[in-house]
Amino acid sequence: MIGFLQRFGRSWIEKVERLGRATLFLLHMLGALGSLVSRPSLLVKQLYASGVMTLSIVLVSGLFVGMVLALQAYNTLIDFGQENRVGTLVALTLVRELGPVVTGLLFAGRAGSAMTAEIGLMKATEQLSGLEMMAVDPYKRVFAPRFLAGFLALPMLAAMFSAIGVIGGHLIGVDVLGVDASAYWSQMQNATSFYSDVGNGLIKGLVFGFVVSWIAIFEGADCIPTSEGVSSATTRTVVYSSLAILGLDFLLTAVMF
Amino acid sequence: MNSRAIDVLVGVFMLLFFGAMFVLAMKVSNLTSLTSNPGYTLVAKFENIGGLKPRASVAASGVKVGEVAAISYDPETFEASVTLTIDETFIDTFPTDTTASIYTAGLLGEQYIGLDPGAEIDMLQNSDEITLTQSAIVLERLIGQVLFSRSGGS
Repeated sequence: MIGFLQRFGRSWIEKVERLGRATLFLLHMLGALGSLVSRPSLLVKQLYASGVMTLSIVLVSGLFVGMVLALQAYNTLIDFGQENRVGTLVALTLVRELGPVVTGLLFAGRAGSAMTAEIGLMKATEQLSGLEMMAVDPYKRVFAPRFLAGFLALPMLAAMFSAIGVIGGHLIGVDVLGVDASAYWSQMQNATSFYSDVGNGLIKGLVFGFVVSWIAIFEGADCIPTSEGVSSATTRTVVYSSLAILGLDFLLTAVMF
Repeated sequence: MNSRAIDVLVGVFMLLFFGAMFVLAMKVSNLTSLTSNPGYTLVAKFENIGGLKPRASVAASGVKVGEVAAISYDPETFEASVTLTIDETFIDTFPTDTTASIYTAGLLGEQYIGLDPGAEIDMLQNSDEITLTQSAIVLERLIGQVLFSRSGGS
């Protein structure tokens, strides 16, 4: 009994300790961001690795999510004779919620896990220690570029997801189901405010990008340097990122809307 | 991957982002109508605004000429005070005896303000008040009126 309580208490203290380490890591990484100004090629390479490589899954998912939204919206709205509001529903759902959240989940799965695995492997093969011994700061060279790339790439991908989702909704709603094309766009434009809806969606994307990149890079840098440690760090990245995205989405929605 | 190809692809990525933002700004949201000049404001007081909301449209003969900017309650006259913004292309078009009424778009649609011009020569200017107003139709009052007129008739 006492042993169980001891282990339980210790595991929670370890979690808090880990959180503290993660915060100090984040602060160190933020401090290293300044050096990126003189070495933009690092950032570009990481934008390619995080942003461009995630592009295909984001665009395809966005298209299908938009099409499904239009289909489901039409089926429900037709009962009220309001099927010309399909545009409004698709656009608001995507821009406010699904764009940032689904893109965040896809990003955490694709780019976040890749970042964790890469950094974890660097730690396991002692490349990070090697860099330190050559007086190269791994924070400036390895962590900060990946963090900034993830922070910038996620809102951009979320915007692309929303845009292509709206187009997908148009494909199904107007071309297949027969909603009036001008009604689709005009109802959508009336209901969607650029600053409140699109702007808040972008803010959500920035927040999610910050959190997912932080979690991914920290888990990689803090993993146990064995193959098993890297694998469990990768799965932890995906799980924690997803939970954080969904939790923060609720908080942000409550504050913004 | 050589660095030239990487740079090009990241450039394409940025272009796609700007394209997406362009689509979101122009086609999806109402940015175009926001950036058009604000025009001038008018105030109208109603006994009951019903379901009128800010950013509801203001229409003359069914054509949108402006938006509802703000709705507030005036405790001195015990009426709702609605601030309308009219597009600047319609400066000096509405006479001072214009009537502002609250209509419903369709059967279950949202409510909007309709302007019916009068016959005066003087035109409404910025910050003028529309004196002739017609409140929204409140369902309970309508039922009450019907019952009252029926019992009065029989």
